[in-house]
Amino acid sequence: MSYLSHADLGGKPCSDAIVPEPEGELFHAGWEPRALALTLAMGATGAWNIDMSRSARETLPDYAERSYYAIWLAALENMLLERGLVRPDELEAGRALHPSAPVARVLRAADVPTVLAAGSPTERATGTPPRFATGDRVRTRAARVDHHTRLPAYAQDKLGTVERVLGVHVFADSHAQGRGADPRWLYTVVFDARELWGDAAHAGSAVSIDAWEPYLEPAA
Amino acid sequence: MELRVRALETVLAQKGYIDPPALDVLIDTYQTKIGPRNGARVVARAWVDPAFREWLLRDATAAIASLGYTGRQGEHIVAVANSPQQHHMVVCTLCSCYPWPVLGLPPTWYKSAPYRSRAVKDPRGVLAEFGVTLPDSTPIRVWDSTAEVRYLVIPERPAGTEGLDEAALAELVTRDSMIGTGLARSPQARS
Repeated sequence: MSYLSHADLGGKPCSDAIVPEPEGELFHAGWEPRALALTLAMGATGAWNIDMSRSARETLPDYAERSYYAIWLAALENMLLERGLVRPDELEAGRALHPSAPVARVLRAADVPTVLAAGSPTERATGTPPRFATGDRVRTRAARVDHHTRLPAYAQDKLGTVERVLGVHVFADSHAQGRGADPRWLYTVVFDARELWGDAAHAGSAVSIDAWEPYLEPAA
Repeated sequence: MELRVRALETVLAQKGYIDPPALDVLIDTYQTKIGPRNGARVVARAWVDPAFREWLLRDATAAIASLGYTGRQGEHIVAVANSPQQHHMVVCTLCSCYPWPVLGLPPTWYKSAPYRSRAVKDPRGVLAEFGVTLPDSTPIRVWDSTAEVRYLVIPERPAGTEGLDEAALAELVTRDSMIGTGLARSPQARS
């Protein structure tokens, strides 16, 4: 195992207070909106996909020490460098020193409203029928995997119930690894809080995740 | 950081990967056009129009699109309604997934470790930190946004709002009430 996510925080010990924030207070430094916009604009070039971005962020060794936009910025720089779109001496110099690499698209100002309004839907046409139906009891994957995944650690090897069949969606695990969309059935799976956290958890409370079919097996 | 981001922007612009005016449009969009007032209008409509509420609960993506809110980070939306019998709250334990077309950019706490770690394990404790105390008998459902479906909570309509029109009702709908970490304001508390 060499892949390590530092972002899988559900249920982990953390005693820091939640710091409230008024509505409309979006940024806390002048560079944050620029980092956001650079990330969105570079995402629009098609040089990588959103699951690759998440993977680049969650594997930053100093993830826990960085603010969220600092995470985004570091991941953006890493993805640019890894793909040879930018070289280290250019970041150092603050200007272009080498020829550009081709990108599929450049997001123009006039196109921003249309591009944002369209988004990137992940639902795909259904081919095979779903393996599970609403009400089915399922057990989530127990094994750790050596790549980006969206099954949180707290929900591994747990018994849950399929609550909703969400259609066939781009499979994050494959997409993040550059293996294409690999669409799979997606389900909302709900767990009793006591299944996840033990008998001390509040009776009647529940947690759900959205799980792709490869995360699930029929409950024995 | 300011210098580092400016340097990166200059490099990317000189290399022709980005169009700098597009950055300004992106920022302006999330500062002035796409934010929680969009979601508040969706909730207010659901409070006054039972057919819309039913549509919202059945196919939120389409119902919300009918009010003009679509796209990035809201391509697939599910709406869930709070009631005395069931409280819902939303988290993304793995990153910061959030329904942008209706709520805009997530607040810092939503993206930070304390909320992401505790919301799934101790939702009652988290709600208490937000000043929300529910009856012990009210079950809590936490929705962890682990795929590309985004969740919008429809808070309960506060008592004493029978005479208010949709616009006035929307003013009672807070961002946090649509994440499930708050309740809609009562009309007396308006200021």
